[in-house]
Amino acid sequence: MPIGPPLLQIQNVQKSYGATQVLRGVDLRVAKGEVVTVIGPSGGGKTTLLRCVNFLESYDNGSIMIDGQEVGYRDVAARKRRSERDLARMRAETGMVFQLFNLFPHLSAAENIMLGLTKVRKLSRREARDKALHWLGRVGLTDKADRLPSELSGGQQQRVGIARAVAMEPKILLLDEITSALDPELVGEVLDVVLSLAAEGMTMLVVTHEIGFARDASHRIVFMAGGAVGADAPPREIFAADQPNERLRGFLGRFTAAHRL
Amino acid sequence: MLGQIAYAFPFLLPGLWTTLEVSAITVAISTIVGALLGVGLVYGPAPLRWVVRAFSDIVRGIPILVLLFFVYYGLPITGLNLQPFAAAVLGLIVFKVAQVIENVRGAIGSIPRGQTDAAKAIGLPFPERLAYVIAPQALRRFLPPWLNGVTDAVKGSALISLLGVGDLMFGIQKVVGRTYEPLALYGFGAFLYFVINYALSLASRALERRFSYIRE
Repeated sequence: MPIGPPLLQIQNVQKSYGATQVLRGVDLRVAKGEVVTVIGPSGGGKTTLLRCVNFLESYDNGSIMIDGQEVGYRDVAARKRRSERDLARMRAETGMVFQLFNLFPHLSAAENIMLGLTKVRKLSRREARDKALHWLGRVGLTDKADRLPSELSGGQQQRVGIARAVAMEPKILLLDEITSALDPELVGEVLDVVLSLAAEGMTMLVVTHEIGFARDASHRIVFMAGGAVGADAPPREIFAADQPNERLRGFLGRFTAAHRL
Repeated sequence: MLGQIAYAFPFLLPGLWTTLEVSAITVAISTIVGALLGVGLVYGPAPLRWVVRAFSDIVRGIPILVLLFFVYYGLPITGLNLQPFAAAVLGLIVFKVAQVIENVRGAIGSIPRGQTDAAKAIGLPFPERLAYVIAPQALRRFLPPWLNGVTDAVKGSALISLLGVGDLMFGIQKVVGRTYEPLALYGFGAFLYFVINYALSLASRALERRFSYIRE
């Protein structure tokens, strides 16, 4: 397991929607080069937590730091939000891949990747195009560069989604249930891309229902339920037969039972 | 009957031109103003949203004729004394701006939330998100209903003859007053309005088809 100061440090993050508290004081650290997977039942706050990390959601309390910088607030104690430009600059340091891909439907695969490179990273169109083609090659889609998202399969769209995120060279990649909307036979091609990025040392925070992937690919697994972290340990401890967290044991038990069917 | 129409047509041309002119000015200005206010309604701070929402709801609840009379006969009391042409155009613009605001709101509202999320995630600030992600997608949803709404401006413009503006309707009434041939002339007038508006709805349909190749 990689060591070093945490690249991402989440401390006591709380969030409520009205009367419902969805995050109840979450603590989580991700070191540089580490792959941390968040598993747990639906409605447990996994996706909300991930969306707080690049401030797609604001949080009511606590702090989220990336590389020593507070993500959404310029003054955490006073809850003073960063300006729009400042927030955008912070978000450019994190890459995010979405469950429903969220590719820009009016832009080709290459243009989807180029948009951030030209408008945020200020590369020339030629440089951006070269870089987009490089990343499309990495995800095995060089020949689809000029196709619109609607002309691609779900698995291909999601690989473009990954290329769009990593081409920005983010410090950390956030993956939000990126295979949940895919047909089962397309899941493998997407996970292969993620595995190859992990092998190159890309720091990742992954929310997933693919328990097998979590076990094989992560340095640490975080179990979240009821808006709080129930367990945070390397995979072999999480899956150990004498796992002390009963809720986690039940959750994993249901999964293995489902897989035996 | 054809003879009466052939006789009347030259007298109707200046009015036809005025109708087209008023419609064009109304549509051009209301589209710009309506687009800005529409964006304000969707993304603006709460007070701006309330003002735009109230403006749109109120205006859309008022008949065009009442708007026109309000501007032409009502506003002079406040010191704003407009010529018939200017009052007519202003009245129609107010009516049309409210429509465009709703067109813009509908178009932006139809874009999935995930598009904004993705644009934010790659680090685009608000103006860039709007320009490169939201607007290009909203445009294709905006254009067909907007172009359809242009026909409302053309039809509504017939009312400005009541302010004494020499539009197509005004021209028809003048000729009818001389020849006492209402059936032929109003029929021909209706035909002219229909031709303008049918061309617009054909264009609207063509636009819809042009943009339909982009699926979600």
